[in-house]
Amino acid sequence: MSKSVLEYLGETKLELGAVGAPVESDWQSGIGEDGIAWLALDRQGSSVNTISQGVLRGLADHLDTFERDTPKAIVIRSAKKAGFAAGADISAFNEMSDKGAEDLLKQGHDVLDRLASLDCPTICVVHGAALGAGFELALACDWRIAIEDASFGFPEVQLGLHPGLGGTFRLPALIGPTEAIALMLTGKTAHTDNAKELGIADVVCRERHVKAAVDAIVAGQMKHEGAGLLARAFTLSTARALAARQMRAETAKQAPAEHYPAPYALIDLWEEHGDDADEMQAGEIASFARLLKSETSQNLRRVFFLRQGLRDNAKGDDGISHVHVVGAGAMGAEIAAWTALKGKTVTLGDVDNEPLAKALKLARKICNDKHLSSAESRDVLDRLMPDPKGYGISIADLVIEAAPEKPELKSKIYADLGEKMKPDAILATNTSSLPLSGLADKTKAPQHFAGLHFFNPVSKLELVEVVAHDSTSSATLDRLSAFCGAIGRLPLRVQDYPGFLVNRALTPYLLEAMVLMDEGVPKEVIDRAAIDFGMPMGPVALADQVGLDICLHVAESLREHLDKPMLDVSDALRKKVEEGHTGKKAGKGFYDWSDGTPHPEHDNEGPDDLTDRLILPMLDACVECLRKDVARSADEVDGAMIFATGFAPFRGGPMHYAKSRGNAEVTAKLLELAERHGPRFEPDAGWSRLG
Amino acid sequence: MTERPVYLVDGARTPFLKARGGPGPFTPIDLAVQCGRPLLTRQPFERTAFDLVILGCANVIADEMNPARVAALRLGMGEKMVAFTTQINCGSGMQSIDTAFRYIREGTHDLVLAGGAEALSHAPLVLRQSAVEWFGEMNAAKGPVAQARAMAGLRPEFFKPVIGLERGLTDPVTTLNMGQTAEVLAHRFGIDRKTADAYAMDSHHRLAHAQNEGWLNDEVMTAFDSDDGKAYDHDDGVRPDNNMEALAKLSPAFEKPYGKVTPGNSSQITDGASWVIVASEAAVEKHNLKPIARIIDSEWAGLDPSVMGLGPVVSATPLIQRNGLDLGGIDLWELNEAFAAQVLSCVAAWNDPDFCREVLGLDQPFGLIDRDRLNVDGGAISLGHPVGTSGNRIVLHLANAMKRRGDKTGVATECIGGGLGGAMLLETIG
Repeated sequence: MSKSVLEYLGETKLELGAVGAPVESDWQSGIGEDGIAWLALDRQGSSVNTISQGVLRGLADHLDTFERDTPKAIVIRSAKKAGFAAGADISAFNEMSDKGAEDLLKQGHDVLDRLASLDCPTICVVHGAALGAGFELALACDWRIAIEDASFGFPEVQLGLHPGLGGTFRLPALIGPTEAIALMLTGKTAHTDNAKELGIADVVCRERHVKAAVDAIVAGQMKHEGAGLLARAFTLSTARALAARQMRAETAKQAPAEHYPAPYALIDLWEEHGDDADEMQAGEIASFARLLKSETSQNLRRVFFLRQGLRDNAKGDDGISHVHVVGAGAMGAEIAAWTALKGKTVTLGDVDNEPLAKALKLARKICNDKHLSSAESRDVLDRLMPDPKGYGISIADLVIEAAPEKPELKSKIYADLGEKMKPDAILATNTSSLPLSGLADKTKAPQHFAGLHFFNPVSKLELVEVVAHDSTSSATLDRLSAFCGAIGRLPLRVQDYPGFLVNRALTPYLLEAMVLMDEGVPKEVIDRAAIDFGMPMGPVALADQVGLDICLHVAESLREHLDKPMLDVSDALRKKVEEGHTGKKAGKGFYDWSDGTPHPEHDNEGPDDLTDRLILPMLDACVECLRKDVARSADEVDGAMIFATGFAPFRGGPMHYAKSRGNAEVTAKLLELAERHGPRFEPDAGWSRLG
Repeated sequence: MTERPVYLVDGARTPFLKARGGPGPFTPIDLAVQCGRPLLTRQPFERTAFDLVILGCANVIADEMNPARVAALRLGMGEKMVAFTTQINCGSGMQSIDTAFRYIREGTHDLVLAGGAEALSHAPLVLRQSAVEWFGEMNAAKGPVAQARAMAGLRPEFFKPVIGLERGLTDPVTTLNMGQTAEVLAHRFGIDRKTADAYAMDSHHRLAHAQNEGWLNDEVMTAFDSDDGKAYDHDDGVRPDNNMEALAKLSPAFEKPYGKVTPGNSSQITDGASWVIVASEAAVEKHNLKPIARIIDSEWAGLDPSVMGLGPVVSATPLIQRNGLDLGGIDLWELNEAFAAQVLSCVAAWNDPDFCREVLGLDQPFGLIDRDRLNVDGGAISLGHPVGTSGNRIVLHLANAMKRRGDKTGVATECIGGGLGGAMLLETIG
């Protein structure tokens, strides 16, 4: 069949003005008869622009020309469909840090300063994201035109840094310090309308009107709307001191200073130099160079690359357009909603209508939480079909079983699925506690059977364990990994093992918390210790969130299937489950969740070895999983624990933490704990191989 | 006949949901999507395999122009799917099937999705004409003085909206509302209140029985509301314990105090949608389909709007005769229950020698339809009458019920506000 009309007409082409035929350069350029020069950023060998030193040098070359022979105006934009620029080249940060970052930063600042001081109007056109250094390039221009999908933001704080290419003084000067610092502290992005409101963008328009908007600016038909009086108020150091105190208090709620120095460095910088752009610039360079060397930033940059590593496992075509999910419980509903949100056609089966209806309500909530427009939400909900009669099974390319953890029930479901599924369709189980080998026997095509273990809530936790059993085909694992990529999740390839990787590592941590409670340590003290270590929530709250029934299943399964001595399941846990207080989903577990997530605060210190008792068994289990080839590498283990459980990201992951603390020291500490508290702490044989 | 055979392959509908004050959870297109998704999912062919989508809808809401096309796109049937909407009031959902039938019989199409969708609970409030004119003047007024003058013309009654539904159910030519046309027939054919009530009670009992037996399981698809997290799994206007005492207590709805037509013996105001898949022999073979019935023929006829309730008589009679059949040759009837008195008047007319001779040109009365062959699983009185959907539902249910009962030949027919009747003749396969 011939092309569709839209395929032929294609997407709107980027307006590149006078830019000539593409050349092998990071900057495409040209000057029109109207005297307007166009510069289009087109980083060679990449589909996404980053602001590398080469890019800045290229810009400097063009500035040489513009300073000699100033055009009527200069338009700067991206030649890439993907967006303006994703930020600095993070892979160059380590080298930069070693080579004396300050000099390199000064060179970069110099280029942007020259751009900012050109005599002609400079106009930046932004489509897609302008992040970090990309945003800073845009800020060095006089005008910013935002295309409909544009967004601006400083995500540096997520890498343990703050803006380093002039953002700390150019953004406050443009939109006022309050909003500017807030954007830099939170790492949030401002989208088109919001960006216009804040004063970041001067114009919001569609791609097809870019030329007209540029012409209007050049013709002097547009006015800046300044930052106003508020900005002037902060020229007083007393006003800044007051504001800075509030900012520090607000930041401390999210990120303690000892673990996350960058936001505090930014606040200090502004408090000290907020009234003087030159000093602010010098301070920014010094502070950025310092932060670059900090362990937090190094570890957070490591996390960035761990994510990329896992994402690289998700490449390829999944060949999956229709997904059928069996079971509309908490996990099934989340999986179905998320998969539909990411563009797949989904049928969700259950024997009862009530959970199906609730699942749809949840799907609508997730759409709202992700800020989808009403038309986008409608499309997601149209793609997600509740399927009480199981019509979707026979056309699904992938069936995800998320039924209760009862082997007999699952085996009955598999028998029915085997009758109806397409011969080449994949059957994946979301079990978290049952061995795959036992389940595989019940399937019609074991080679097309694997585990696909999501974490709750699916819409927030990125990791998915792709679990192989003995006869899973590699094609099946590749397709499942690609499927994870297609729905924006990170696949971790693991072998069938009790608890797989994540629950194997997490269970001793959760069970130890139960023992500590039995010993009389208040749950708030336990959770506070974990949070102070850097966990997003403590083990008791986490158990509640995962679901105490699931914790119980996993714990029992581990006890049954592992060689290692495990703790007895605490009576308190068993009692909670029996009473139906299964945690967050029931509104009550160890905590009362009726008013949302609990924030444990407690003045008491716990026992001296409290933190080690919680954390070290987790590290030990990771070592065991590596020794047994459950997971493939220490880096993947670190990434998995961070993206599935939120393991203190600034520590770089459990294996990295052990290494930086010293593997020998950790082993010694485990031995000590084993002596004091029992054999469950005995270090795994794998430690000796780590050296 | 050398004409190409046309098959009814499958079909599904939403539960019919009684309007309970205020807009219901679904718009017409939402309803069409709710039942269309499972229907298309259970087919052995791709959604894009259809040639055409036709959807009947009498009250198109402002946000949903050409609901057929929007529904087709929302159902993932592809950008190339041609789709149009039919409006012939209460016959809209049958008109869509009839159009599909004729296109396929002609040989231009092979596979058509034909439906009906209506959300009467969403029927708009209509501004009075006088208010519309004032608003126009107000908008056209230039300058403060002219605007002030136009503003002075504002009258409080402009803001008293007219219920669009009420207007829609009133015939503009005779100015009688639909209930009144049933009163005319009840009087003319001597249908008394008690007989009408007994018919209505039966309708509820029959529907309740069909629901309990699971006879509607493949026909009625549960609808899910994601706003409230609620599932709607059955026609909720049904009153299984309906009885004569309760019905007798109701006052006449349209002609007080002496009228015989009450809310209890009239069809209910409801929301609902229904689809059927209509296919050529080539499509049946290509996709290895198992049709439920063959569509043999169809007929439309007109009569004075004040007696529109006899639409079935004037449309079904020539249809049956043309195909060499008589009343005895029809095993099963779906005759849309707009009003009990109207259904009973149709039955009476066919059995009235004078009427049959004078109007239908028959030497003998056409005959008496056995109540056991008429609306065997209830009808619009118990289910409700989403105007643009009912015609589709009665064809679909006729096919399903014939198959279940082992009947050979059946007629689905309806009266149409404005003075029309529509009828369709089906035959089971094999």
